Amino acid sequence: MQLPLPQIRVPFTPEQASTFAGEVDALYLYLVAITIFFSLTITTLIIYFAIRYRRRDPGELPRPRAGSLPLEVMWSVIPLMIAMTIFVWGASVYFRLYRAPQEAMEIYVVGKQWMWKFQHTTGQREINELHVPLGARIKLTMTTEDVIHSLYVPAFRVKTDVVPGKYTQMWFEPTKAGRYYLFCAEYCGTNHSGMGGYVYVMEPTEFQTWLAGGGSESAAAQGGKVFQERGCASCHRVELGGPAGRGPVLAGLFGEKQTLQNGESVTVDEAYIRESILNPQAKLAAGFQPIMPTYQGQVSEEQVLQLIAYIRSLSTETQSGGAGTVTGGVSPTTQRSNPLAPTAPRGANANTNANP
Amino acid sequence: MSTAITTEERAQDWRGRFRHTNYLNADYGIKSWLLTKDHKRIALLYLITVTFFFFLGGAYAVAIRLELMTPLGDLMQSHTYNKVFTHHGILMVFFFLIPSIPAILGNFLIPLMIGAKDLAFPRINLLSWYIYMLGGGITFWALLIGGVDTGWTFYVPYSTHFSNTYVVAAGLGIFINGFSSILTGLNFIVTIHTMRAPGMTWFRLPLFIWANYATSLIFILGTPVIAITILLIALERVARVGIFDPALGGDPVLFQHLFWFYSHPAVYIMLLPSMGVISELIATFSRKNIFGYTFVAFSSIAIAVFGFLVWGHHMFTSSQSVYAGLIFSVISYAVAIPSAVKVFNWTATLYKGSISWDTPMLYALFFIGLFLIGGMTGLFLAALGLDIHVHDTYFVVAHFHYIMVGGALMGYMGGLHYWWPKITGRMYPEVWGRFAALVIFVGFNLTFFPQFLLGYMGMPRRYHAYPVDEPLWQVLHVMSTAGASVLGLGLLIPGIYFIWSMRYGRFAPANPWPATGLEWRTPSPPPTENFAVTPIVTWEAYEFRPIEEMVVEGPGETPDQPAAPGHPTQRITPDTIKHDKE
Amino acid sequence: MATHTAVGAEHGGEHAAHAALAHHFDNLEQQREAGTLGMWVFIAQEVMFFGGLFLAYLVYRMKYPDAFMAASNHLDWGLGAFNTVVLITSSLTMALAVWATQVGRAAKTQVLFMVLTVVLGLVFLGVKAYEYNEKYHSGLIPIAGWFDPVGHGIPMPEGVTVGQYQMFYWIYFAMTGLHATHMIVGVGIIIPIMIAAWRGRYSPEYHAPVENFGLYWHFVDIVWIFLFPLLYLLGAHFGGAH
Repeated sequence: MQLPLPQIRVPFTPEQASTFAGEVDALYLYLVAITIFFSLTITTLIIYFAIRYRRRDPGELPRPRAGSLPLEVMWSVIPLMIAMTIFVWGASVYFRLYRAPQEAMEIYVVGKQWMWKFQHTTGQREINELHVPLGARIKLTMTTEDVIHSLYVPAFRVKTDVVPGKYTQMWFEPTKAGRYYLFCAEYCGTNHSGMGGYVYVMEPTEFQTWLAGGGSESAAAQGGKVFQERGCASCHRVELGGPAGRGPVLAGLFGEKQTLQNGESVTVDEAYIRESILNPQAKLAAGFQPIMPTYQGQVSEEQVLQLIAYIRSLSTETQSGGAGTVTGGVSPTTQRSNPLAPTAPRGANANTNANP
Repeated sequence: MSTAITTEERAQDWRGRFRHTNYLNADYGIKSWLLTKDHKRIALLYLITVTFFFFLGGAYAVAIRLELMTPLGDLMQSHTYNKVFTHHGILMVFFFLIPSIPAILGNFLIPLMIGAKDLAFPRINLLSWYIYMLGGGITFWALLIGGVDTGWTFYVPYSTHFSNTYVVAAGLGIFINGFSSILTGLNFIVTIHTMRAPGMTWFRLPLFIWANYATSLIFILGTPVIAITILLIALERVARVGIFDPALGGDPVLFQHLFWFYSHPAVYIMLLPSMGVISELIATFSRKNIFGYTFVAFSSIAIAVFGFLVWGHHMFTSSQSVYAGLIFSVISYAVAIPSAVKVFNWTATLYKGSISWDTPMLYALFFIGLFLIGGMTGLFLAALGLDIHVHDTYFVVAHFHYIMVGGALMGYMGGLHYWWPKITGRMYPEVWGRFAALVIFVGFNLTFFPQFLLGYMGMPRRYHAYPVDEPLWQVLHVMSTAGASVLGLGLLIPGIYFIWSMRYGRFAPANPWPATGLEWRTPSPPPTENFAVTPIVTWEAYEFRPIEEMVVEGPGETPDQPAAPGHPTQRITPDTIKHDKE
Repeated sequence: MATHTAVGAEHGGEHAAHAALAHHFDNLEQQREAGTLGMWVFIAQEVMFFGGLFLAYLVYRMKYPDAFMAASNHLDWGLGAFNTVVLITSSLTMALAVWATQVGRAAKTQVLFMVLTVVLGLVFLGVKAYEYNEKYHSGLIPIAGWFDPVGHGIPMPEGVTVGQYQMFYWIYFAMTGLHATHMIVGVGIIIPIMIAAWRGRYSPEYHAPVENFGLYWHFVDIVWIFLFPLLYLLGAHFGGAH
């Protein structure tokens, strides 16, 4: 329900800096209008009755009145119908907020008392600041090292809780360059009110410059290092072809269906990889022994995310063979998750292959 | 009231004491209070303790508002601030709002209104108060030795693994306090079922009784769940059993489900009795039967039932599934309808009534206005897409204060004024009463309306500081703090004149307003067993009669306390109360 | 207090003399009704109290079926079944005690049935204590630092973490512990009732306490009827490895 309202700047609202902002504000205005209508009607009636029928004589005895079924039905059904319009509108906005698009620029987020850590797939790491390009679809995959937090950007009208032990996702598409508040909205302890910062929405070209200025390794490359340090490579081979080691071959795995020991199958996604690292026996791939030790407590949430980026890069490498630079948008053919990162997986792969 | 002078003379002896034996002067001494089984005395015990917790919670609110006057956290440190808002929430929710109307007004009035001598289980009733005292005492002690900083919602894993404050002690107090609610609810349900006077059919019951019945259902079915949940938190903290700990395979979101399964219906525990009070007030002060009595009565039950099915609307951002979100959203809209039905029926009752603007009526009218805004903003929060933005912001804070203060507190204040003559046998000063009501109304709106705007602009709740470069935020916060000062002063005024009136107020006749309920057909204050003879009810609820029949004259006339010579004896018309020959 | 003499409007006369009638009731019938309804409401409350734990059981049972099955296998279903029989028998003796007061059997008969109920209740608690002790020696007390089944020779099956195993035991102890607490409270309540019965207080006319206690006892029994299959038979049935 995209109304032409979004252009109007409503007083007492934050800046409209994402595609959702206009939609949410339109719904808000609709509700404000309904509220004003009902409040004014009822209040006027009450004040009018209170004055018109005020007690003039202490002995007054008004005629009693039975109820009226038609009236009761009317004022149950009409509000219910109005409420249902709100519900439908609210739900349709929610669906768009909830369903992250397949092709989006991916950023990993780890909440920690009391800071937000962001990691771009290209490797840049930020704390309490998030740089994103204008007009790109940005998908945040988020978790936390300790308590529940909630990432909130009022100007984008988005907010999602960050829950320990699982990944939650949130997405948005900035429509206006600028600096916007970033808050933690779920109470998380002493310095809760200090757990925030800014989102910087930059012109795509500026963003490229910013990315280049970082100069750090890509997330996948960092994940590759973790992969080596932890000795994962002694069991998991990372290139296609040839026999598997003691563990499944990781190349080309991401996004595929994996058959499990118990016959079920599962899609290899972030949550599955995370679980397989932290609790390897939970969903054992078919044909392998339960010999992998748990890495619970040995790798941080950030490292898990880097490992995921790494494993993911092994698939993109083998499937589409490289990256296309897509600014702000979507190319339905590519499986690339990061429209703005040209070189990440290759470097990572090279790094790994150097030491098999 | 016009009968004031004769009432004065009839009610007191030459030393200014009540002439008739009533529950207040039937027995003296501290023991007669602490071991009383009289529901009216127990109600007064609750009144004293609940008021204490209310002002304590209010003091914390003052601290919060002072801190937020400036964007920087300059009054206290963030750790202190976190404790302050936690204490404010715990005290106000568990020790003021939940027990306020049921345990004070409900306790006092339910037997009187249905024509019973007492609640079904007087000993359990007293036990409830002691449990409340024990729970309150333990929580108060937890606050004194260092406090707790989890927020009143106790979200895990912060409360179980990270907070280093006195979570277990505070939780224990709340856990124990829960049993007080459960026993009170049990007592009410049984009393309403089995102890109604002859002729008092279900549909002749005052709507206050219906509301308390619905509330008791929530007490019974909801409170045990919060009790077990808080117990789990304590166990998790002490023994690290891992039921909510993701590291051990637990699920922190399960806690939120269990918590809100109680805590959402708990909102209706606060609101329903208040709605019951409002129904009484609207009827009495417009001297008309409530329009659509059965709809108002059943809407209470509907709210109680639907209230149990909407807890998930507190968790739209918590990573619960999108379908769960949809279902909880649509049921939340369903629960809004019975509330709307009540508002429409109250308004329709006013039509062609005989409306007097006594203090309780002012509170009732304010209630409708504030509850409208509180309820309508609830629709904002139930709208999925919009809630994502306003969840956990000041919008939510403003919304639930409109419900809990604008709704529950207004009803409580209105009820307290309305029944004050019955409770104490004295009138409060009417002029001061109206003045205070107005001050409270203005102060309340000034405090909380700006918070809606703040919330939509993105100010998260439970923040001890906010961005300096948002001058508008500070303006709104300053308005809110100013309003809170007005509200605080407004609430002090009744505190003062209520105490004053207990000694200096005019003596109240049995039926000062006059109203129709059974509670007004016995002297003010009532005798220990409420009625000299068990009334037989032959009239419908809110059946108003000509004023000469309604005024029950002679507060002092019970069989063993004859009226003062020269004054007419009790004039209850034969068709309203039939004397038993017994 | 002032007006104890004021009595009910209609039914004042007939039962007013009975010693057990509390002052605020009109008659014994009303008093009995109030007591029974009160007990039912209390039981409704109890259902919700256990309900929170049943929900937790359900959630984690669905989340970790393997762990729950394996952990359940370590419970002794024989002892569980024995306890079930004991508890059902105690419900029977309690029902007989209620019957004895209802039809006005001799005080001795009433007390005999109550004593039997208590004894069976104590047997149940004894078996429970034995089981708890056995869990302690197997390292199955689900408290951080104590829980160590592997160290006590209980291997974790494939795909099951110690944390998940612990989750089952934590729910097991919470549920059976809460149930046992109710048993202990029950035994505590029946003793004064027994004394009153011995003194001949109960008659066909007035026996509400016995009847209400019976309701409570049956409720506690029924809770166990649910707990036994959920906790003990789960593994034996599906895993069959006992």
